[in-house]
Amino acid sequence: MAEVMFQPIAARPAPVKTEGFVPWVRRNLFGNLPSSVATVVFLAVALWLLPGLLNWALAKAVFATSFQQCQEARGVGACWGVVAEKYRLIIFGRYPFEDQWRPLVATAAMVALLVASCVRLFWKPWLVLLWLAVLALFFALMFGGFAGMEYVDTDRWGGLPLTMLLATLSIVLAFPLSIAVALGRRSNMPAIKTVCVLYIELIRGVPLISVLFMASFMFPLFMPPGTSIDVLLRVLVGITLFAAAYMAEIVRGGLQAIPKGQQEAADTLGLSYWQTQRKIILPQALAMVVPGIMNNFISIFKDTSLVTIVSLYELTGAMGLALNSDADWRPFKIEAYLFIAAIYFVFCFSMSRYSLWIEKRLSVSKTR
Amino acid sequence: MTEPIITFEKVNKWYGDNFHVLRDIDLSVARGERIVICGPSGSGKSTLIRCINRLEEHQQGTLRVDGIELTDDVKAIEQVRKEVGMVFQQFNLFPHLTVLENLTLAPMWVSKMPKKDAEERAMQQLTRVKIAEQAQKYPLQLSGGQQQRVAIARALCLTPKIMLFDEPTSALDPEMIKEVLDVMTELAGQGITMLCVTHEMGFAKAVADRVIFMDQGQIVEENTPHEFFEHPKSDRTKDFLSKILGH
Repeated sequence: MAEVMFQPIAARPAPVKTEGFVPWVRRNLFGNLPSSVATVVFLAVALWLLPGLLNWALAKAVFATSFQQCQEARGVGACWGVVAEKYRLIIFGRYPFEDQWRPLVATAAMVALLVASCVRLFWKPWLVLLWLAVLALFFALMFGGFAGMEYVDTDRWGGLPLTMLLATLSIVLAFPLSIAVALGRRSNMPAIKTVCVLYIELIRGVPLISVLFMASFMFPLFMPPGTSIDVLLRVLVGITLFAAAYMAEIVRGGLQAIPKGQQEAADTLGLSYWQTQRKIILPQALAMVVPGIMNNFISIFKDTSLVTIVSLYELTGAMGLALNSDADWRPFKIEAYLFIAAIYFVFCFSMSRYSLWIEKRLSVSKTR
Repeated sequence: MTEPIITFEKVNKWYGDNFHVLRDIDLSVARGERIVICGPSGSGKSTLIRCINRLEEHQQGTLRVDGIELTDDVKAIEQVRKEVGMVFQQFNLFPHLTVLENLTLAPMWVSKMPKKDAEERAMQQLTRVKIAEQAQKYPLQLSGGQQQRVAIARALCLTPKIMLFDEPTSALDPEMIKEVLDVMTELAGQGITMLCVTHEMGFAKAVADRVIFMDQGQIVEENTPHEFFEHPKSDRTKDFLSKILGH
């Protein structure tokens, strides 16, 4: 038998993909019969709905801030004038009109801080100081009462600044709390474990609205007479506790997915409990549950709209306030709702995209 | 004769209420001794070495490591873990850290070594296991054999007196077993106390001072490799050897 020589074949690049509009359409939209049918049906529905929608939203819409014109166009075209007329009330709520530059600057600072916190370049210890500084600035501007700025109490705060404040603080506070509770629920110490389980199950058993009601109306009944905690603070604590309970279970899911060997390897190397959690377990567990956590963040952001029921007029509440107080413009709520929906969307979609970026970054260690 | 570095006296352990996994284990290991432990699966060999650094706790008997008795005392466990390095079947590297970070983690956080020194020592160990050029990669980007060599280097970074190997080559492709065994053989020549659970009988013959055969939670037989393989005393050992050497 002849000796067979092993002939290595040199690596070649993968075949070039055929790109272009027509091949793409053929492959993705008309690849087989079901997909062709679906494409045709969706196209038909779009063609059927779009003209009416565009007609309403643009062609026949009224952009002038005249409610008479809007009245005439009712049922035919959108009345975007309502947004032009009421945007300051919607965005800043009942905050004194002449002083609305203060919430504007405060909110801008907060947004800038949030954007900065998302950038890797800024992930340094001093970011904590920056947070404290911006929060101090936010409250100083909102409260006022110095340097010629009139004092504005929290019950007049409203609109987007309030939404931002509630969402940001409850997310920032709930996240570490949820980690602590998730670790606590897995603790070997029965007392800590019981407290964490009770907390999670109690909070999960009730709707957010009832937590807010309790924070707003029931809690003051238990306080010694004469003392009072600002309703904003009570509501903030309520949302934080609520969000943390849900998030704790997401984090626990991540903790459970870490192989036992990781803990054993850390034990073997002599790492302490906290070192192991901080350096080994949590980085991996949290990376695994980024989608779930971001889900929760987005949900918190939108859940802040529920504080309206305890008379805090954040974005949604301020919108209702702005329109309900004015009989002329009241009929055009749909347009106003679309306006705030767009604002919510911008924030939520940004969070969602950011989460994808984080996931991609975290998967670096898994790519070959 | 100097005091043994590890002593088991009548050590017993159960999993749950019924599974008696270690039964009256008596064993003493001399400083620098190299021991290979073999036996069928479920015989308690992994459990035995995992008791040495308290990944498992024994319920009866006394177990001393380098003069420290292992009890519930957390300080004692910490002390012992500083002296004992371990290598696992599944490597258990930290996948979210680079190879270098895997190695510097414990020296920096447990021994409070400055980063620069820790990295220097890590690079020495990586060179020792012939994998220095992979320092900046992540574990999952390496082959199984490379990962296991990194795991050995990680354990060595704490300069342990005792190294435990728990089936270090069982999860490897056949072609990679040798590179790991070579590293272990090299290590064995340097006077470190080694306890190795393995079925690599070639390694046992070449390196071990003593081979221990376990079955059903007991030490059935212990002897020098030559005697163990050439003149096994018990029928159980003969049966086992015929199965693993027969093919």
